[in-house]
Amino acid sequence: MSKEKNVLLHCEHLVKEFPVDRKRSVHAVSDISLDIYEGECLALVGESGCGKSTLGRTLIQLLRPTSGKVFFKGAEISAMKPAAFAPYRRQMQMIFQDPYASLDPRMNVHDIIAEPLVTYKVCENKEVLKARVLELMDAVGVPREFLYRYPHQFSGGQRQRIGIARAIALNPSLVICDEPVSALDVSVQSQVLNLLKDIQAQYGLTYLFISHDLSVVRFISNRVCVMFLGKVCEIGDSETIYQNPLHPYTRFLINAIPVADPHLRGEEKQLLQGEIPSPINPPKGCRFHTRCPYATERCRTEEPELREVEGRMVACHQV
Amino acid sequence: MEELLLEMNHLKSCFFTRKGVVPAVDDVSIQVPKGKIVGIVGESGCGKSMTAKSIMDLLKYPGRVVEGEILLDGKDLTKLSARERRKVRGEEVSMIFQEPMTSLNPVVKVGKQVREAIMIHQKITKSEARERVLEVFRQVGISEPEKRYECYPHELSGGLRQRVMIAMAMVCRPKLMIADEPTTALDVTIEAQILKLIKELCDTTGMSCLLISHNLGVIAQMCDYVYVMYAGKVVEQGDVYTLFDHPEHPYTRGLLASIIRLENLPERLSTIPGVVPNLMHLPEGCAFCRRCAAAMERCQKERPGLYEVGEGHHVRCFLTEEREAAHE
Repeated sequence: MSKEKNVLLHCEHLVKEFPVDRKRSVHAVSDISLDIYEGECLALVGESGCGKSTLGRTLIQLLRPTSGKVFFKGAEISAMKPAAFAPYRRQMQMIFQDPYASLDPRMNVHDIIAEPLVTYKVCENKEVLKARVLELMDAVGVPREFLYRYPHQFSGGQRQRIGIARAIALNPSLVICDEPVSALDVSVQSQVLNLLKDIQAQYGLTYLFISHDLSVVRFISNRVCVMFLGKVCEIGDSETIYQNPLHPYTRFLINAIPVADPHLRGEEKQLLQGEIPSPINPPKGCRFHTRCPYATERCRTEEPELREVEGRMVACHQV
Repeated sequence: MEELLLEMNHLKSCFFTRKGVVPAVDDVSIQVPKGKIVGIVGESGCGKSMTAKSIMDLLKYPGRVVEGEILLDGKDLTKLSARERRKVRGEEVSMIFQEPMTSLNPVVKVGKQVREAIMIHQKITKSEARERVLEVFRQVGISEPEKRYECYPHELSGGLRQRVMIAMAMVCRPKLMIADEPTTALDVTIEAQILKLIKELCDTTGMSCLLISHNLGVIAQMCDYVYVMYAGKVVEQGDVYTLFDHPEHPYTRGLLASIIRLENLPERLSTIPGVVPNLMHLPEGCAFCRRCAAAMERCQKERPGLYEVGEGHHVRCFLTEEREAAHE
């Protein structure tokens, strides 16, 4: 990556809480500040319930933040009224996890891909519209003769391709990929990952790639942000983090991946004990301390700040 | 030669639908030695779950076992009456499923659900059964078993629910546990805990396990023997080291090549082109021929048989067969 990095999206002290009842709320995202640079792929990783999807949705204003600010290309989108936000909305698109649930079963491929184009009145007439849809189908590798087919006639991989075509229809600058390959088989998963990488280069897209699968993230992302219970544990270049993870949680995550080599078993792996604490009542101090084997008194009381260590940002008292 | 616990010979299970007959499991022979973990790997729709359900006699209408035998300790399960079959299921062979959320009854306390499993099979009082359940809860690593006994499934996390499922499968001390994608719905750190638990249980109790997974990483870490399935058939089988070190079938090679490894990262991932064929309209020849880069004319017309390349290493491919024939 080049040294000159332009910030595309930037958030400051972002907080998102969902009320449970009058007194309590789920602390899904707690005070997160980060930058997404133009042309990069930033991956959000973490276990289920760590707030990665909520963060993704809050960043593009599908959810309104409880507090904090989000800037897109310098404009504060979190403070905008819907009418003012509309021109920004189309620059941010989303690819969803479940290719079976994210396509309307009563719409054919043409209508699905054309929907954003029609909404924003991009094409002057039906011929132009159809030509654009066909062009998008070529780009994602769905054969043209399937134009009037319905979602149920496609396999999971092909549905995901249709979802990708819909997401790039408006030439967005930012695409949020929320677990786009988790529901797919291994061989199809690699096809879709290759496609996402090609499309990114071809259309100059910026990705925010949300995933729990660290091998997938390793392949697609330039930078990784590891989250635990609504907080950032570690953020930095993929290369740096995978080579030398510093936060204990990152180390455990990478260690827990089952390696597809029977020769590499036998040696006892150190496994993370316990489960994720409740986000309704997160632990005081470092939120990871209940599962962390290295936790000290300080970790139980004082919350660690993100600070720069060996070329990445990490929030841990022990490093 | 190891002593076999389960021997499945030429099993065929079909679904008789209105549109036609779907051969979900076609001529599958699987052997599970005592105390070992045997893996079945393949993509969705390849018949791996249906193989497991055939053993458990859990195939839903319109599916049923058509041919073949399933020998458990020499006793053919397919010849048993429904009543005898029920006795085997749960007591000698048990199964854990992928989704612990949907396989537990949401309105019954988990302790009672596990207790039920043992009380059906054994003449035992309620309080004895309770003691036994608590003991199994401890064995599968459930902390505070007395407290958890009184919990409803929704009060437990995914990992704990899966431990309850394993406890339920273990409570009658079965000879064989079938684990159908036991960790697919779990997070990676919890997955590692559950896999370790299954392995420990097999080592300490001498139980055998048939582990079904689409994740080659899980298979490599857990299994002694592996069967690769494609479109209802076993396409390659062997011990885990042979299979990962010297894969023969183009499909196995394709699967192994498409795994993302953390080191030596490629620019592009290698893929298997195309999609899994529809079981109702299988190609005339080899089921994999349309996706195979090395397919020959013969592959389009004839169906290859399982060919032995080494001890216990079988491959369903003409390429291997012809190469070996040329050698001789």
